[in-house]
Amino acid sequence: MSDKITFTIDGVEVQADPGQTILEAAEQAGVYIPRLCHHKELKPHGSCRVCTVLANGRPMASCTQPAAEGMVIENESEQVTKIRKNLIEMLFVEGNHFCMFCEKSGNCELQAQAYRHGIAAPKYPYLFPAREVDASHPDIFVDHNRCILCARCVRASKDLDGKNVFQFVGRGKDKRVAVNAKAKLADTNADVTDKALEVCPVGALLKKRVGYAVPVGERLYDHKPIGSEIEAKRS
Amino acid sequence: MVTTTNNMNRVVIEPVTRVEGHGKVTILLDEQKQVQQARLHIVEFRGFERFIQGRPYWEVPVLVQRLCGICPVSHHLAAAKAMDYVTGTEKLTPTAEKMRRLMHYGQMFQSHALHFFHLVSPDLLFGFDADPAIRNVIGVAAKFPDLAVQGVMMRKYGQEVIKATAGKKIHGTGAIPGGINKNLSIEERDSFLKDLDQMIEWSRSALKIAKDYTVEHLEKLAPFGSFDSNHLCLIREDGAMDLYHGNLRAIDAEGNKIFDQVNYQKYLDYIVEEVRNWSYMKFPFIKSIGAEDGWYRVGPLARVNACDSIDTPEAEAARKEFMDVTKGKPNNVTMAYHWTRMIELLHSIEKIKDLLNDSDLQGTDLVVKGEWRGEGVGLIEAPRGTLFHHYQVNKDDQVTMANLIVSTTHNNEPMNRAVEKVAKDHLSGVEITEGLLNHVEVAIRAYDPCLSCATHAMGKMPLTVKLVDHEGNLLDEKSK
Repeated sequence: MSDKITFTIDGVEVQADPGQTILEAAEQAGVYIPRLCHHKELKPHGSCRVCTVLANGRPMASCTQPAAEGMVIENESEQVTKIRKNLIEMLFVEGNHFCMFCEKSGNCELQAQAYRHGIAAPKYPYLFPAREVDASHPDIFVDHNRCILCARCVRASKDLDGKNVFQFVGRGKDKRVAVNAKAKLADTNADVTDKALEVCPVGALLKKRVGYAVPVGERLYDHKPIGSEIEAKRS
Repeated sequence: MVTTTNNMNRVVIEPVTRVEGHGKVTILLDEQKQVQQARLHIVEFRGFERFIQGRPYWEVPVLVQRLCGICPVSHHLAAAKAMDYVTGTEKLTPTAEKMRRLMHYGQMFQSHALHFFHLVSPDLLFGFDADPAIRNVIGVAAKFPDLAVQGVMMRKYGQEVIKATAGKKIHGTGAIPGGINKNLSIEERDSFLKDLDQMIEWSRSALKIAKDYTVEHLEKLAPFGSFDSNHLCLIREDGAMDLYHGNLRAIDAEGNKIFDQVNYQKYLDYIVEEVRNWSYMKFPFIKSIGAEDGWYRVGPLARVNACDSIDTPEAEAARKEFMDVTKGKPNNVTMAYHWTRMIELLHSIEKIKDLLNDSDLQGTDLVVKGEWRGEGVGLIEAPRGTLFHHYQVNKDDQVTMANLIVSTTHNNEPMNRAVEKVAKDHLSGVEITEGLLNHVEVAIRAYDPCLSCATHAMGKMPLTVKLVDHEGNLLDEKSK
């Protein structure tokens, strides 16, 4: 008997290793499931819910849900796409995301997801929250306006950098990423080479003085949508 | 719209049309229908100086250009030049400077073409008081299709140059503190060389149209919204016109130098801005002369009047021809702006030609770094005139102060004077018609104002004319 798990995504048979999540198995098969908080070097977090699929008809976060034998997954159905679009749109209105001058533009995963999903403008009203920037560190710029609370920096700092520089504070709409110090990032042992900085999907954690060094046309998502590198694996 | 109170009439033109941005004109008439006062009001508000505070300095050239969709390249480059200084960059690499120059000349070329062919040509081709139903760009396209197509194609060429240098046609990212983020590929260069001769030819013919029109109608145009004024612009060290970089020169109406070769980092020693309670736009003046007489004009007319020469042959020949009209003295005719704008159009395409044939554009040394200064001023000759950007940046790399003096702001007083002169000359004691009101707009259009730049648009475009009595009561208002 094979130790592989067999299930379907949008009617196509896919195989997974035991313990693999739906998202991982899909990726292995060249099927892209959109995601934001998920990062291949980090433990799954399941917080953004952009990777939601319908598993046997029920919405589940595919980055945390293990694949199971005979599971029927809907990834690109109208219903799933609608859920994801709504989630992405809510992320846009909850923060202050001004793509037009953000230096992460073209390399930003949130923006890339919006493009992939055909979101020209969110349908929800903008909340325009008052958020801080922290420029105290000599080499790192923190812009909370753009933070989507994906916890990538929190996890990377703890699990990969071994530092625990970032942590969540507050609840609900007041939840935000704080630094493990009295006041500012400069008071921590954060370093510009930290993984925490590298894994930020948006323009919230930036290496200072880099700005727009990569010209338009040579940025990550200028020519191909996010996920196309995974879809290219599909035979 | 016209309203009457206490036997005084207030005519309002709102919005002023075929200009960039939103503004209105108010005209105050007395009992004898004589114009007592006319003003151009800029009713937009610009908040950029405030809301870029706290932002990182490297973001500014990309962020601040968003205050305009017409000449963002000018703001992009002025801010980048200021940030060059902030970061201590003494001299850009040849590739970086030439790429920026190419971007700028592309901008100048497309902006001047847009203004001449699409905004102004209806007045020149059909007459100031022609039927408004045909006095517009659609009318031009119907009756002079070749001209309309030339305008579109020239604008497209300039926009493509901008895209190749800045990354996008509007709101690109090319200029970064200390340099540029890309060079020009051979393929890009060759695509521009292919159409270059056509662009030069069309520029020559546009210049001829502007020159012939001005010379032919000089008797009518000479007094039209005209007055003696000072002129201000950037100038190269040898006195030649330089639209990208130089020192400040100011001359009076006779051509005498008020100051010359002033390092613009010290502009505050020479220029002061006055605030008036009826406009969001400030009124700059030359400090040594004072607010009363120290106002000045900027833009193509000022640049051609103030420079000693132009370093491209055809534009220089055109400059000499222009200066011969006033025997070498500054030309103070407002409508001469159009002629000088087309001289610059030709100059810009000649400069583009020189740059395209320069292999430095394919260089790979793009950025230099210097010793931190923390404060800097960047100036550039934008299509509409001298553009000032001034920033202070703290030790954490955040902007703490920004001051922008935009071309149209320098021309605020001259535009108001032009409006008042035209109103008094053409509207006093007569029945006011749409055609006559357009005369006021023609005078404003000569300056090619960008009202959204000068203040900054919070809402939608255009202009209004208001008629008020001597006590300030609104009598009439005309909006378009």
